[in-house]
Amino acid sequence: MIEWLGVGETARRIASGETRAIDVTEAFLARIAALDGKVGAYLAVAGDTARMQAEGIDRMRANNVPLPALAGVPIALKDVLVTRGLATTAASKILAGWIPPYDATVVEKLHAAGAIVLGKLNCDEFAMGSSTENSAYHKTHNPWDLARVPGGSSGGSSAAVAAGLCAASLGTDTGGSIRQPAALCGVVGVKPTYGRVSRHGVVAFASSLDQVGPLARTVGDAALVLETIAGFDPRDSTSLDAPVPKYRDALVGDIRGLRVGLPHEYFAADLDADVRAALERTKQALADRGAELIEIALPHTHLALPAYYLVAPAEASSNLARYDGVRYGARAEAGSLIEMYERSRGAGFGAEVKRRIMLGTYALRSGYYDQYYKKAQQVRALIKRDFDKAFQHVDVILTPTTPAPAFPFGAKSSPLDMYLADVFTLSCNLAGLPGASVPCGLTPGGLPIGAQLLGKALDEPTLLRAAAAIEAAVGLGDARPRGLPS
Amino acid sequence: MSAEDWEPVIGLEVHVQLATQSKAFSPSATRFGEPPNSLTDPLVLGLPGTLPVFNRRALELALVLGVATGSKIRARSRFARKHYFYPDLPKGYQISQYDEPLCEDGHLDVIVAGAVKRVKLQRIHLEEDAGKSMHAGNVSHVDLNRAGVPLVEVVTAPELSSAEEAAELMRSLHRLVRWLDISEADMEKGQMRCDANVSIRRRGEDRLGTRTELKNINSFRFVQAAVEHEIARQARILDEGGRIVQETRLWDADVGASAAMRSKEQAEDYRYFPDPDLPPLVVDGATMGGILRGLPELPSVRFERYVREGLSPDDARTLVGERALAEYFDATVKVHPGERSARTIANWLLTELLGALNADGKSIAESPLQPAQLSELVLLVEDGTISGKIGKDVFAETYQTGGSPRAIVEAKGLQQISDEATLTAIVDRVIAANPKQVEGYRGGKDGLFGFFVGQVMKETQGRANPVMTSDLLHKRLGR
Repeated sequence: MIEWLGVGETARRIASGETRAIDVTEAFLARIAALDGKVGAYLAVAGDTARMQAEGIDRMRANNVPLPALAGVPIALKDVLVTRGLATTAASKILAGWIPPYDATVVEKLHAAGAIVLGKLNCDEFAMGSSTENSAYHKTHNPWDLARVPGGSSGGSSAAVAAGLCAASLGTDTGGSIRQPAALCGVVGVKPTYGRVSRHGVVAFASSLDQVGPLARTVGDAALVLETIAGFDPRDSTSLDAPVPKYRDALVGDIRGLRVGLPHEYFAADLDADVRAALERTKQALADRGAELIEIALPHTHLALPAYYLVAPAEASSNLARYDGVRYGARAEAGSLIEMYERSRGAGFGAEVKRRIMLGTYALRSGYYDQYYKKAQQVRALIKRDFDKAFQHVDVILTPTTPAPAFPFGAKSSPLDMYLADVFTLSCNLAGLPGASVPCGLTPGGLPIGAQLLGKALDEPTLLRAAAAIEAAVGLGDARPRGLPS
Repeated sequence: MSAEDWEPVIGLEVHVQLATQSKAFSPSATRFGEPPNSLTDPLVLGLPGTLPVFNRRALELALVLGVATGSKIRARSRFARKHYFYPDLPKGYQISQYDEPLCEDGHLDVIVAGAVKRVKLQRIHLEEDAGKSMHAGNVSHVDLNRAGVPLVEVVTAPELSSAEEAAELMRSLHRLVRWLDISEADMEKGQMRCDANVSIRRRGEDRLGTRTELKNINSFRFVQAAVEHEIARQARILDEGGRIVQETRLWDADVGASAAMRSKEQAEDYRYFPDPDLPPLVVDGATMGGILRGLPELPSVRFERYVREGLSPDDARTLVGERALAEYFDATVKVHPGERSARTIANWLLTELLGALNADGKSIAESPLQPAQLSELVLLVEDGTISGKIGKDVFAETYQTGGSPRAIVEAKGLQQISDEATLTAIVDRVIAANPKQVEGYRGGKDGLFGFFVGQVMKETQGRANPVMTSDLLHKRLGR
């Protein structure tokens, strides 16, 4: 089955001439047509342009033009990534009908690498949520159990990869939105160091936390895609001007002497028993391969959630001010300007987005800045210092990605319950560090469990090396989601 | 109480457009008068996913103003977002600076009633302009050509005490930014505009009165009119026992009055916070070094130099009123160093040349007469080759034809006649030819002296040395 070959192998076969790019693209388009009605990963499928791109790759090959790294590899994009000529909605009604005139930097880089863009993937509206239930369009189902959520906000990105509806995908991660759905769908997800990947052309949620990253079925594939999209971008003033290593070269498999930190704050008594058991097996596997396990403390972890829910909504309330119905997107008819704003935004935004705009607006009120936003930034500095101290003694930190496996639709009925689904992933964004989730087994009921790795700034190579070791030891191997034909 | 019992306290917030080619945070051009919305790009339109990238040229221009006003420059300042909803503000916030501005504690000298007053500048910060809204009936149009254009906002301390001072501050700042070449500051194009904070208090009282903010003032004349009007309005209210309401008022230049726009209670909460898309703005030593090296002699310094070099304060002030004029003057002085008085050059430049240029509607930069020609002309007059009167004719011809003054004088034989024997012969001829006038003059009609001078000039086509002519006439006429 061509759809399960993965990024590296697909690229190799197309480059060698064993397989035509158009056949690969057609196979994925057929699978999407057959199965996405059940999964609901895609918001838009770009069949025609995907075929054109694939035929272009085949012509290049026929003319002996050297093929770039991802030539002919079908990839899909979370719908917060801006695509020229292809509707971009951020899963919100307020952007319905908007056709962008430009490509995000990461999209340009994928095109330059020869990747085929299959379409746009569902997510929580403006990336706000942990189950993709906040999409204004439709639900996305977890391929391992269609009655459960795929996680979020990059739920379409994780479900599509898990269901074989693309070779790899891009998501965005503001507080765990790549790692949490990757864990719940049994795929690999990487949130790079803040500034490692350009945010130019990423519909902003919280500017100081947002980061684009890959989701793929193997660590190797994720490394390959990350290598393609990473790098300095003069169009993003927060972009880091540092060379991009060959991430695949880090996947040597040898982790002898690797110091793995285990923060006790992430292994509290109320951790799901299956998750705990899977993490124990993971620790043991790492130790068996020569890693050194070291107990560490990240004492300000409990402040991450409150700090995050001040910083992220504050920035979101500002970033979402531009959706006013004046220049693009949905505009409601009204008798006055104020009424037009109220009706357009009232009808265009969903409940969770409005909740966060309200929270953020409140936090930034004149006279309250010091006690909310500024205080949260101070907490951020403390959390960052926790990590700095820990990384004096360890090379990488291991935690569960989520407190529990995928939950059924509607299970988290209160916003706070939903926010707690991200409790292990928020610190990483607040500190600007790289993080990854890698599958580390299934529950007895057959749901995937993710192990989270956190690394030093710009030390994605060590992060990926550890992830590859976990993948080899306790990964899902050839296990495929139930309930979907393979 | 009479108007004199009230003391006005005024502070200005002046916005000045910086003369960059492209916008503050994106590549669109900043030209004036282009078709609506033609100078836009995804960032200017506030499209999703766009990010600001700061134009360092705007920083350099702002730093020049900061240094020229003696401001403290922050090595690390920050951009902040200022939020409000309006259709001509595409992002829903303006990128500005808030609690960490680029410059603080500067000053600007203002000349009022012949005295220099040093006005404190609280801050100078960088920000982007909004677009322009045009309302026609129940339809509104938005032009975003101006959106994102870099500005500095210059905030004075509340130290101005009359409408005249407020207008003078604007003039002084206008002169300075044009002098520094950091802005064209064309007020008709909206490149310089101001808001005025006005309050009044009883003379001798320390406590400030309740202030109002006047918005939308876009000419020197309007500053004076708007502030005068507001002082009178507040005085009338207080005289009638009323209270001033803290509010924002919009000045309507057509009506010559202001109207309340919003009260303090309705004031918007701008929800400032540091822009997370932009790193702190760092001014390093190399940048500052470049600014200091490139800084021209400031107008106030050049004014003092001119006075020291013998110019009248009035002439010196006129010269430093425009950089190009002062540069023209300096260039003229340099052609024949030390051979003519600066005062004479200034006279010719400010009277003859500016007069001719004004008549032609030309600026000094468009002058057909070059500094070398003006210098030569002044030299010819000062060394007595030609008389001042002939000098004006030669000036007119040089201005028209662009030739060399010396060549014109020589070609036309316009050299002044200063030879005593020649002049004496002419004087004697004139006296002999006009016996009646000689009799009248000797009989006490002093006014006839001019007649004899005129006759000598007529005989010589104006070339007679006027001083010698006068001396010889007195001698020969016996009075």
